[in-house]
Amino acid sequence: MTEVARKPRRFPLSTAIPLALLLLFVFLSIAGPWLWGTDAETSNVAVADQGISSAHWMGTDDLGRDVLARTLVATRSSLVLAVLATIVGGCAGVALGLLSAVSRRLGRLIDGAIGLLLAFPALLLAIFFAVLFGIGSVGSVLAVGAAFAPGFARITQTLTASVISKEYVEASRVLGKRPLYLTFRHILPNIGEPVILYSTIHIGTAVLALSGLSFLGLGVQPPSYDWGRLLNEGLTRIYTNPGVGIAPSIAIVLAGLTFNMVGERLSDILGGRTAAPPKLPSKQRGLDPAPARAETTGTTGELVEVRNLRVVYHTVDGVTTPVRDVSFSIAPGEKVGIVGESGSGKSMTASAVARLIDTPGRVEARTLRFLDADLLGHGTEVDRHLGRNMSVVFQDPGEALNPAIKIGTHLVEPSVIHQREPKPAARRKAIKALGSVAISDPARRFRQHQHELSGGMKQRVCIAIGLMGEARLIIADEPTTALDVTVQRQILRLINDIGEMTGAGLLFISHDIAVVSELCDRILVMYAGFVVEEARTADVFTSPAHPYTAMLLAASPDMDTDKSRQLPTIDGRMPGPGVDLPGCYFAARCPRADVTCTESAPPLRTLAEGHRVACWHPLTGAGAAGDDELTGVEAKI
Amino acid sequence: MSAQLAGEPDAGSPAGPAAGAATGRGVGQWAFFVGRKLLRLVVSLLILVTATFIMVHLIPGDPVLAALGDQATPQLIALRRHELGLDLSLPAQYFHYLQGVVTGDFGRSIVTDAPVSQLLATKFPNTLGLAIPAFVLVVLIALPVGLLTAIRTRGGRGRVTRTLFVNITGLLNSIPDYVLATLLSLIFVVAIKAFPAAGNGTAASYVLPVAALVVGPAASLSRIVRVEALKVLDAEYIRAAKARRLPTLLRYWRHVLPNMLTASLTFGGMILAGLIAGTVLVENVFGWPGVGTVIAQAVIQKDYPLIQGILLVLGATVLILNMIVDFVLGVLDPRSRMGAH
Amino acid sequence: MANLSVENLRVRYGAATVVRGVSFDVADGSVVGLVGESGSGKTTVARAVVGLAGSSGAIRIGETDLNACSARQARRVRRKVQLVFQDSRSSLDPRFTVEQCVLEGIDRSEFRRRADASRRVAELLEMVSLDPGLARSRPGNLSGGQRQRVAIARALAARPDVLIADEVTASLDVSVQAVVINLLRELQAELGLTMVFISHNFALVRYMCDDLAVLFNGRIVEHGSVDEVISAPEHPYTRSLLAAIPEVGRRRLLSDSAAEATAIGDRPAVGGCDYRLRCPVGPVAHADREICRTDDPVTEAGGRLHQAGCHFAHRKDGAGVPA
Repeated sequence: MTEVARKPRRFPLSTAIPLALLLLFVFLSIAGPWLWGTDAETSNVAVADQGISSAHWMGTDDLGRDVLARTLVATRSSLVLAVLATIVGGCAGVALGLLSAVSRRLGRLIDGAIGLLLAFPALLLAIFFAVLFGIGSVGSVLAVGAAFAPGFARITQTLTASVISKEYVEASRVLGKRPLYLTFRHILPNIGEPVILYSTIHIGTAVLALSGLSFLGLGVQPPSYDWGRLLNEGLTRIYTNPGVGIAPSIAIVLAGLTFNMVGERLSDILGGRTAAPPKLPSKQRGLDPAPARAETTGTTGELVEVRNLRVVYHTVDGVTTPVRDVSFSIAPGEKVGIVGESGSGKSMTASAVARLIDTPGRVEARTLRFLDADLLGHGTEVDRHLGRNMSVVFQDPGEALNPAIKIGTHLVEPSVIHQREPKPAARRKAIKALGSVAISDPARRFRQHQHELSGGMKQRVCIAIGLMGEARLIIADEPTTALDVTVQRQILRLINDIGEMTGAGLLFISHDIAVVSELCDRILVMYAGFVVEEARTADVFTSPAHPYTAMLLAASPDMDTDKSRQLPTIDGRMPGPGVDLPGCYFAARCPRADVTCTESAPPLRTLAEGHRVACWHPLTGAGAAGDDELTGVEAKI
Repeated sequence: MSAQLAGEPDAGSPAGPAAGAATGRGVGQWAFFVGRKLLRLVVSLLILVTATFIMVHLIPGDPVLAALGDQATPQLIALRRHELGLDLSLPAQYFHYLQGVVTGDFGRSIVTDAPVSQLLATKFPNTLGLAIPAFVLVVLIALPVGLLTAIRTRGGRGRVTRTLFVNITGLLNSIPDYVLATLLSLIFVVAIKAFPAAGNGTAASYVLPVAALVVGPAASLSRIVRVEALKVLDAEYIRAAKARRLPTLLRYWRHVLPNMLTASLTFGGMILAGLIAGTVLVENVFGWPGVGTVIAQAVIQKDYPLIQGILLVLGATVLILNMIVDFVLGVLDPRSRMGAH
Repeated sequence: MANLSVENLRVRYGAATVVRGVSFDVADGSVVGLVGESGSGKTTVARAVVGLAGSSGAIRIGETDLNACSARQARRVRRKVQLVFQDSRSSLDPRFTVEQCVLEGIDRSEFRRRADASRRVAELLEMVSLDPGLARSRPGNLSGGQRQRVAIARALAARPDVLIADEVTASLDVSVQAVVINLLRELQAELGLTMVFISHNFALVRYMCDDLAVLFNGRIVEHGSVDEVISAPEHPYTRSLLAAIPEVGRRRLLSDSAAEATAIGDRPAVGGCDYRLRCPVGPVAHADREICRTDDPVTEAGGRLHQAGCHFAHRKDGAGVPA
């Protein structure tokens, strides 16, 4: 594996080798017969059937002809026929595939035929077609081409179907474009790459298939010969001269390998994976050190305590820091919400607390504790502890349930494992849990699989799973984003009720500040991997201190928004996780920013009781400057 | 032009599954599923039979003449033609053919006049004798290797393992079975003389042919298994299972494996079907007395009844194999039982 | 500009009828909002209007009924209705440049020379507040908000009379959403576009629209001016929807009792009101309200200015059973 410095070299090994081999084969195809033709044909019975020697590196065949020469000369027929067969198969297959995707009635027929043909291995089909088309070069090219056509047809079908259903094709249709235009401007260009890739790899397969046919005697006929034919003729004589077996074998394998490698390399290049992955830096570049003066509002005895949390990813694309510096605490039974837009790091924060971050991600923190257990440690004890006391609800309930497992199993497992409950008791408890999340007919649902449930039901199941333990903390990451608003309401009430009933704490993540405000006592606003404001829910709305919070509140219309005015907006984008800035990450977009803001990062300071903000010029409290010039509207009640 | 391009009734997302209809009673669902698959098999077999029938009739020229050559006397030709029923009308021939296939009468070889069914009865079991152990071995090797490699190379770890795996399987995949058979023969029969050269007499004689059959497909399938396993390992529901802190072994066995198997099996089915074709080639290297050694000759000699018989038998095996794979999939993946085609 | 009128629209998807007789009018130059949960059919209505889905019933743009005229005429008139999709990532061909995307919308007969067409593209890009220099970029290099604006420019290039916006801000962050919404409002006012605005976000619909139609299970259950429907909703479903909107600073969701009956996921048997299994004032809550089981109120609603298909909706004159 090559090591690559800043820039990838023009020809890393992974490109050089296949390219070189390909060129070799092309050269042999063109020049082979010319260079070694005479040697290949010169028969000299006196030296027939000789083994490997210095005069004949691969020995001689039964007519005294040099085996190596014949093998080299055979390159042309082997490769040219393979390319022809691929072209034949490709054209026929792509045409069939396009036709089937595009024409309704014919399409179903073609689809059925392709499905049936695909069930059979290529060689059997090739033999069938060889009977039809006859043996010999032409026949075998047609036969192998016909055997490949269903594969091409299927891949074309699949690709075309996926492109046709894409919205940009639909948009074109709405604009009045006709099918012919769609085919040539949208479909073909978008399926072109994968099809070409497939073809390239298939040339290798064609070489193998044609040689196989020739090996059986059904392909190229004497006096012409290809590698397969050579193998066929030589098979009986490998006892006397192994060369007749070795030479064509190596040629076939090498050709197959070459096209495979070329195909894979091409696929890598087209997919953008051009360079070898860079070496991981042993030292990080200067990321901001955790501010030592971070003030804390919590005391020990907290449910969750997080100080200076940082999450770093080392990937092929470089180093990214989705969470830069987050500190907060959750008291037992308290409901805390984290609000932020995409890229703010809120989900990562939740994942870090839930210990779900895997390599290449790394979690660093001064403190990361849950119920007095250090989450930064390792070991199964920590896992057991979390399994009993923490429950996590994810965004997409459809994805969070294993499609191969019954609903009931999901529920029962944690109890049986972590609390060592006997199965029947666990089952009863599970059915009761399903009932308490208002799923109708829980006993029946217990036996079903996830695809038989609606989105809202699935999410309730996920919550019910959390009920099976004695969770002290529920972490909910965008649990209602994928749900309708009426279902969302029910789920939110459910989560609230559970919190009330069990006294569990809640960490609720969402991009929707209104939703968070319904449920949570305290809200953290995150931006670019930092907590920029933390306050009690009411305070966030009546007196937002951070300009970003104010903008967030103003930009989202509610039922009282003034219809005669435009929605307030700010230009610019949130800095991504790969960017490192010395100062405040919001400064570029903030109308209140000055030089201080761009030069040094504001720490999270206490503004008032229970209200912290990371800003040099907050809107309220110490350092505030009068009117809210950002939104120009009164703070909301 | 097309309904699809011109506008088909389409919906955003239909509301959730109707509660009652989807589940049905377990037994009923199964019966329906099995019935559908069997029906599919029968239809496919019918098409196969028809195809082998048409194959002969699409060839220009007189099949009997082509098989027997110029030397044959007109009487012999006429006799064979009558035996083959070629003097009947086309539909009558088809019906006759169908009848024959169903009763097990595949006609007689044009060249040797021996009954094809007899030939099949003696030779085909030998082919199966290679194919079945090969199936089993491919699966037994590919599944664990693929899964373990996937676990080892997750998330960019185990770079060395990944490179080794990809390159070795890539290499093994590129060696066609007949070439491997030749090479193995060279090494172990000619050079080391450890195994018999031909025939299926002893248990030892199975080793090389089966090895030649197994290596390529096992490499190929283990790559697929690895890719599928990686997909599953990264799935949200596995993350959720980790979030529930389920022990690792249980997670793999109950949560990962069933999902991984589903996709792997689909490809696996194709690969296993390829094994059948592989036997045709490998048998020729080792002089194995199966149908593989017969068919090449038959095609060259244009012995059509024999060709038809062998293609039928091999084709039917593939179709039955596909159906078995579908059944196993039905057991593993409840969704496929439900009527999605 | 023309108005849009839909009458008794039905759309089938396989065996199921997803849109079951929807009728509404959009006056020339006004904005109508369609709200409803997923599966209510609002996106399907949009797709049917632009011809992406086959339908029965009348779809009138101005005077022409798209479902009743010749194919050629339909094609010509269809261009006057354009659709902006929800996901800008998939509604722009990744291989096209921005200019090519917008060019697709321009009628080829409008400009002889390529240079003139390019100028028009630059004009359109400015109209949507995009730097014309982006013309050579590909959608993959743009942000979500920028892409959505390209999609809007493309739709405008066809000089439509009617613009349908289908959840165009649903996949955008709040700050970006504001930009796109402001833009749409501005364009609608400037160009006098007749607009259909589909969203699950009631607050956005209130902000953008003049009139509002609430869909449930493929039919309109309430229809009226935005202010009326929001301040005095008549249909229980509308009321549930409104009650379920989380509002900043107001902790209503948890306390407010007008919640739906909880049996979601089950379909009611045919006949009677579709909503009865979830209705907070229906037979689940009041066992004596048998009429909900037998008579379908939606088909019977009509002739009222503020229309709601419910047996127990408030009457305008104040009489009637309070729900």
